[in-house]
Amino acid sequence: MINLTINGKSHSVDVEPDTPLLWVIRDTIGMTGTKYGCGIAQCGSCTVHIDGAATRSCGMTVGDAAGKKITTIEGLADNGVLTKVQQAWVEHDVPQCGYCQSGMIMAVSALLKEKPKPTDADINEAITNICRCGTFQQVRLAIHAAAKA
Amino acid sequence: MNHMPKLSRRTFVVGTATAGLSLGFNVPFLTSTSAQGAPEINAWVVIKPDDTVVIRIARSEMGQGTLTGLAQMVAEELECDWSKVTTEYPTPGQSVARKNPWGDFGTGGSRGIRTSHDYVRKGGAAARMMLVGAAAAEWKVPVSECSAANSVITHKPSGRTTTYGKVAAAAAQIEAPADVPLKDPKDWKLIGKSVKRLDTVDKTTGKMMYGIDVKLPGMLHATIKACPVFGGKVKSFDAAKVEKMKGVKKVVQVGSNAVAVVADSWWHAKTALDALPIVWDTGENAKVTSASISKWLKEGFDAEQAFVSNKVGDVKAGLASAAKTVVAEYAYPYQNHACMEPLNATAVYTADKCEVWAGTQHGQAAFAAALEASGLPASKVEFYKVMLGGGFGRRGRTDYVTQAVLIAKQMPGTPIKLLWSREEDMGQGTYHPVTECRLTGGLDDKGNLTSLHVRLSGQSILTALRPEALVNGMDPATFAGLAPTGEAAIGYGVPNLLVDHSMRNPHVPPGFWRGVNVNQNAIYLESFMDELAKTAGVDPLEFRRRLMAKYPKHLGVLNAVANGIGWDKPAPAGVFRGIAQHMGYGSYVAAAAEVSVDGNKVKIHRIVAATDPGYAVNPGQIERQISGSFVYGLSALFNGECTVKDGAIEQTNFDSYDSIRISQMPKVECIVMPSGGFWGGVGEPTICVAPPAVLNAITAATGKRYRSIPLKNHGLTLV
Ligand code: FES
Ligand code: FES
Repeated sequence: MINLTINGKSHSVDVEPDTPLLWVIRDTIGMTGTKYGCGIAQCGSCTVHIDGAATRSCGMTVGDAAGKKITTIEGLADNGVLTKVQQAWVEHDVPQCGYCQSGMIMAVSALLKEKPKPTDADINEAITNICRCGTFQQVRLAIHAAAKA
Repeated sequence: MNHMPKLSRRTFVVGTATAGLSLGFNVPFLTSTSAQGAPEINAWVVIKPDDTVVIRIARSEMGQGTLTGLAQMVAEELECDWSKVTTEYPTPGQSVARKNPWGDFGTGGSRGIRTSHDYVRKGGAAARMMLVGAAAAEWKVPVSECSAANSVITHKPSGRTTTYGKVAAAAAQIEAPADVPLKDPKDWKLIGKSVKRLDTVDKTTGKMMYGIDVKLPGMLHATIKACPVFGGKVKSFDAAKVEKMKGVKKVVQVGSNAVAVVADSWWHAKTALDALPIVWDTGENAKVTSASISKWLKEGFDAEQAFVSNKVGDVKAGLASAAKTVVAEYAYPYQNHACMEPLNATAVYTADKCEVWAGTQHGQAAFAAALEASGLPASKVEFYKVMLGGGFGRRGRTDYVTQAVLIAKQMPGTPIKLLWSREEDMGQGTYHPVTECRLTGGLDDKGNLTSLHVRLSGQSILTALRPEALVNGMDPATFAGLAPTGEAAIGYGVPNLLVDHSMRNPHVPPGFWRGVNVNQNAIYLESFMDELAKTAGVDPLEFRRRLMAKYPKHLGVLNAVANGIGWDKPAPAGVFRGIAQHMGYGSYVAAAAEVSVDGNKVKIHRIVAATDPGYAVNPGQIERQISGSFVYGLSALFNGECTVKDGAIEQTNFDSYDSIRISQMPKVECIVMPSGGFWGGVGEPTICVAPPAVLNAITAATGKRYRSIPLKNHGLTLV
């Protein structure tokens, strides 16, 4: 049994310790907001926070995540109240298909915690998620809007 | 979680309505917007007693905003309160049972709105007439004295009012009107407005359910490997080697060409499949390489037989008498769609029921695939559409639906979620077809283009996917943007013109890939226009304009981007410009780009893009389609190539098939300029003008002309 703390709740899971965290979150625990896009830490769809840091959960084993504070997209909104980032996303109509957006929002939320007023250069460096629909123009606008909110 | 109701749809509805998510289901067809039980005014409109308006949408939402746009069309005529609008998908099974009241479910070719605008607006108008009629009947007043706005019906003489929710039940009993007049476009209030999308909030909280998120009680997970060489088959596989691995439930052959592992989790299935020894019968196709394909295509440049799409004057004579001739050869590679959500479908099969959940661009085709694979009659099959994590044409195919049903059939009663790995998705695509092109142009002594021969050589999508659409063997879609007339007509008048196609179909399966044939044709023609302009010593914009006197709409978007970029003023120091125009899907599109090149690094500073789609239902969403499609198109221009080795695709994942990131995103300025009177598409056409505009700008910057893509093969990187 491995103990995980996700969005403040603890879960014990009976899986091999080398299972990628992504699949434990999705299939074992059943929280599907965190997405699979590549499985090789390239696309960022699976981004979660590990002790506050944006982390691609397909590239981390569940064994390594044990005992750490894990936050998924489901853990952002507090009792249905959207975070500033989520609100900016709604305000600027960012998502198209939306599939990459959980990961995008997690990456952006971590960035804003570290740099509350990021420059375009900061954004370029920190946000390396793939979005095949191509929402980047709105993503950038919404990041700046969230920083101002 | 132990509770496991039987999986007929009825049980599902009842079970979930009462127990809901406490059972751990994610059941896509039952959402908070479900119209279950509320009065249906007609096939398109359901009104709940609390005035909620449920608008039914037959086309699929995959990010392009059609759900919102189509709802706007219905709501415009319905005169309902937009803030109370929700949507739902009818199922293809309901469509069959009700004799197809929703028309085509197919969502491709940028057709969502442009081919259904008439009947969806009529659906809204008819519902409004019935609601007003019900109110008038209740008040015992003439209908002509009543009007509707914002879901409120008013009897003008008396000032009495009621709401749609209050009269919906009565309206549902009224006979549908035979004559349904539509508003004059000048009276539209909602069409043409940049309202926000209806499906955003759930996409920011992780709640939105995609195919990959479907959960059913007792569900197992599957993943699959098909023969990497297209057309090959499974010879044998050694199931015993993996059957004892953790979580593995079954190893099954799927059709003639694939093997799947079913396990208690996807990770277990994937781990076992990776370890499974499979022997393939690859056949002759294993000899094919990108080089052998290219050689074959180049032979097409001089082939005698070619399908002729567009012929004006006498190109041969015109070229022979030209003062100057220019010849250039271009090439466009295979590209994978790489939808962000890898392909997947969930199926449960018993001898009297087969149910399937998946994201699809074509509900009816997916339903038909489920029928065929299950072998059951339509009354025993149902297909539930869920949100697509991208489609771009790939989810118009139904191979993954068939596979899921074929696996489920081998484990009756057990729901199976089949999810492809990204590697499978990369290697089993239906690829942007490969073509090459030789262009020969003749200029007179004043530098005017008098003759042009465009010889396309390469793959036809329709031959592979819709042979019934061929015209005497010719694939008319191949000529997108080069045709004499129609929804993808060329925008240049050339006295001697010949556009023809030597069709050559390699074994790699082609598919519709966002923009489809306008992608390569715009690169070929618009790059070559710049080559001709250079030889003629004429400014590229001016050179084009001289040929466009008879093409005012093409010229309109071209002029708009020229103005937008400031073509008549010098570019900032070190910055160079390129321009391009084209037509596709009934819309006129153009782009102008500003780039700078530092060694092998290309920076795109801005792209001004214009589209004239006739009518613009939601300009804000059109702008998002334009800038979004540029990410797709520029990824392809710089990085996107699927190469063939030993008959199979070499790329496996985003590390070898890269997609551009936010740091590489140019500023995109959109000019949405609907001129009225026609309906063009918006999801695809504009994608094709960004690459040639950028290519022309790169040439302006470097003096070098790049005639094949992706540009990474020329050592260029987008920064
Ligand atoms: S799925 Fe983890 S980065 Fe792509
Ligand atoms: S919104 Fe579709 S992949 Fe980003």
